[in-house]
Amino acid sequence: MRAAVIIFPGSNCDRDLLSALRFAGHETISIWHKETELPKNIDLIAIPGGFSFGDYLRCGAIAAKSPIFKEVIKHIDRGGYALGICNGFQILTEAGILPGILQQNVGTKFISKAIDLRVNNTSSTFTHNYSSNYIISIPIAHHEGNYFASADDLKKLHDRNCIAFEYLDNPNGASDNIAGILSENHRVLGMMPHPERHIENAHGCQDGYPFFEGLLATS
Amino acid sequence: MKARVTVMLKEGVLDPQGEAVKHALNSLKYNKVKSVRQGKVIEIGIDEISEERANKSIREMCEKLLANTVIESYEIEII
Repeated sequence: MRAAVIIFPGSNCDRDLLSALRFAGHETISIWHKETELPKNIDLIAIPGGFSFGDYLRCGAIAAKSPIFKEVIKHIDRGGYALGICNGFQILTEAGILPGILQQNVGTKFISKAIDLRVNNTSSTFTHNYSSNYIISIPIAHHEGNYFASADDLKKLHDRNCIAFEYLDNPNGASDNIAGILSENHRVLGMMPHPERHIENAHGCQDGYPFFEGLLATS
Repeated sequence: MKARVTVMLKEGVLDPQGEAVKHALNSLKYNKVKSVRQGKVIEIGIDEISEERANKSIREMCEKLLANTVIESYEIEII
């Protein structure tokens, strides 16, 4: 599987993400946000965490309008796979690819710690390596991780099995304990926690490894 | 021509920053403060021939970028 990691000024988890993808055996390429074309034969577009454009205006708002993003949207419209982690999730909502928005944490504090997630959807390419209701430990590090969506959108997310991950102990006030959601076709995932930080033995926990190992493998 | 755009969280959307500011004001003994909502002000200098056209163009900017209408509302004022 060939993954392209998009880098914006202020992205700071791009190397971790590249490293996790390679550790799981995938081919990777980095793409600067000013590019206007994606290389051919990209299977997955991955948008890393960080503080793109300094979180100016709203987290992810400016990155969602950058030159490369027109191509990202085309890739997704063609049914391509995409993954946004943390700031990447914020960018996907700001681009209108995923519903809702990430608001400031209810406690107003930046939270950085490993938390427990329940795997809710186990049929997507991102989650099929986990069994249903499996609990995994994955780090979070965010200030705007409080997922908000209209009642209609929340209902659709539930009805279409689009809620990929839920917090066991909601750290940020997110609606319905939502930590990560899938697009309607289950090919785009946005999530606040960082699976790329729990990959290798040296990380002290490898709960994120099955996530990367299973990407685009037959489920 | 200059315009001022005020972006606020919609009513009913929790504003943790506003809440924190309210608590700080209460702790400074401003006990009559019952609510605080925090938003942002964006001033735009724009070359347009009429206020009407400036308004139309800025409304478009708000919908596309300046506000996220899932949770925010905006007001445009030509100054």
